[in-house]
Amino acid sequence: MANGNGKHAPSAATGGALIRMRGIRKVYNTGRVEVEALRGVDLDIAPNDYVAIVGPSGSGKSTLMNLVGCLDTPTSGEYILSGDWVAGLDRNRLAEIRNRHIGFVFQNFNLLPYASALANVELPLVFAGVPARERRERASALLERVGLSDRMEHKPGELSGGQMQRVAIARALVNRPAIVLADEPTGNLDSTSGRAIVDLFEELHAAGQTIIMISHDAAVARQASRVVHIRDGQIVPDGSAETPVAA
Amino acid sequence: MRSIASEIALVLKLFRHDAVRQRKRLALTVAAVAWGTLSIVMLLSFGEGLKRSLTKGSRGLGDGIGILWPGATTRVWQGLPSGRTIGLREDDRELLKARIPELAAISAEYARYDSVAVGKKRVNVRVRGVDPCFGDLRKLVPREGGRFFNERDIAEKRRVAFLGEELAQDLFGSEDAALGHTVEIHQTPFLVIGVAEHKLQMGMYNGPDSKQVTLPSSTFKSMFNATGPENFVYRAASWELGDTVRSEIYRVLGSVRRFDPDDERALGIWDTRKMQQINAQVSIGIQIFLGVIGALTLLVGGMGVANVMFAVVKERTREIGVKMALGAKARQIMLPFVLEGLLITSLGGLLGTLLSLGLIAVLAALPLKGPAFEIMGRPTFSPGVALATALVLGSIGMLAGLFPARRAALVDPAVSLRYE
Repeated sequence: MANGNGKHAPSAATGGALIRMRGIRKVYNTGRVEVEALRGVDLDIAPNDYVAIVGPSGSGKSTLMNLVGCLDTPTSGEYILSGDWVAGLDRNRLAEIRNRHIGFVFQNFNLLPYASALANVELPLVFAGVPARERRERASALLERVGLSDRMEHKPGELSGGQMQRVAIARALVNRPAIVLADEPTGNLDSTSGRAIVDLFEELHAAGQTIIMISHDAAVARQASRVVHIRDGQIVPDGSAETPVAA
Repeated sequence: MRSIASEIALVLKLFRHDAVRQRKRLALTVAAVAWGTLSIVMLLSFGEGLKRSLTKGSRGLGDGIGILWPGATTRVWQGLPSGRTIGLREDDRELLKARIPELAAISAEYARYDSVAVGKKRVNVRVRGVDPCFGDLRKLVPREGGRFFNERDIAEKRRVAFLGEELAQDLFGSEDAALGHTVEIHQTPFLVIGVAEHKLQMGMYNGPDSKQVTLPSSTFKSMFNATGPENFVYRAASWELGDTVRSEIYRVLGSVRRFDPDDERALGIWDTRKMQQINAQVSIGIQIFLGVIGALTLLVGGMGVANVMFAVVKERTREIGVKMALGAKARQIMLPFVLEGLLITSLGGLLGTLLSLGLIAVLAALPLKGPAFEIMGRPTFSPGVALATALVLGSIGMLAGLFPARRAALVDPAVSLRYE
């Protein structure tokens, strides 16, 4: 797969982990009330892990997802991603990190409606400053990889839900990220298309891609090699929850 | 650079997309900017036209000339009392010419009121006798076919006359009918050798040139036994030398007539350069005033653009969030909005400018007559007007795009991804 494992080799500082979070706290100040969404989270994710993060709504899993994806910064705690100290970076540096290390897959696809599938997949490369020819080559190779070689010039409106999510996955992979971060990727799909997407993730994982997925769906989460439960802003120790199902 | 080029391509794509989806809103915004541009271009063009006719009018008397009259001393000098009249003499012209090298031209002006008649038509007007350079000094430009006096007219004391255009019309019925015909001045026949071209004359002494008749100085002197010129008209070799020539006149005549050269009242000098300068300043003031009004009008259009852009930013919050998640930097988020603001303003600006050019052409073709229109002039589009408009338009377009774009760049990606 795209991630050949050379580019994102974790440094010795993280003890072999791709993601290392220690004592992460996130407090939202809503004016009068302070809400502590995460209260001291420790999390390590190794290269080629396939982790599912599960938990009831309000448990803090969206907050954790935002922090892992560098969309937001923790109130306190340390976060090392691929050897980079991430906590406390400014917006532009975070944008660079997201661009290079993270590939996002969203529940509602979040494709640009006026752009073709190909243009959508090219977008992260535009922000990375990759020349047009190389962009086109890499984007079309990935669309081929997800089985959409005959849909490259289609607009999102002309694609089915499952096809749109495939475009989104191609987009997530195009910059060869260390981590694919998927937020309820099957939440808006019927069971058949959902199944196909889960299979695609499985395939990516087998090819060496690190994947973090957030899901309500126990069946989807079961595909992961490791399940992290979160409740009331804290990670539930592995032993006290249901044991992870081997992939 | 490459990513900027593709961003621009993306913006154009977005704009086209918007243009189709929101045709009305876009059209209204462009129209608002076009209207603002029309206002500023028209106001500035009116200012330019006014400036040109003011400049022309203030030069109607003559460009950078001075007029010298007799005066009376106000200071005791070399034992002589104050209150002595200082008159002008015929030979002062030669004296000043010889003593002041900075003096480019000087003409005497003899004058009296007398009867001028053609057949039974008789009017009483100012008749003046002048030297050949007077025509150039006082902007007495002959209409086609005619001429002003030359040195031979003076030397031979010819009975030739140059008529103001209104006087020619009064006597002959039209300006063109006078040339080559005879007028009787003081019951003596004179040949009309020239009729003045119409001019806008805003400064004058002893009435407008259009109602006077001008004769060679030598003819005038011998006919009327004139004792001395009523005044002199002169011009310095350059605009800057005007002050030098003025003080030299006081010095030279002061030493001959024995008065204090610092006694400003001993001779009367009207330096018309001051009037021209004030005129120029007034017209700049008017232009600034009109420009400010135009800029404020355009600002309203710019606010319309900003308003629309803010709405677009709000509408696209989710899209902005997605782009941020994919790694777009603040600059890459802002650029499309700035460019879109600029695109809307340049479209509107172009449209407004074209419309005003059309309007200016129409106004230029209208047959507007009368002194008010003559002073107001016609709206004139000039490079200065174009530059001022482009500067105001460009900065307003920039601001109209920049503020919404800044707001877009401050969108919180984590929040905007959940924004509906």
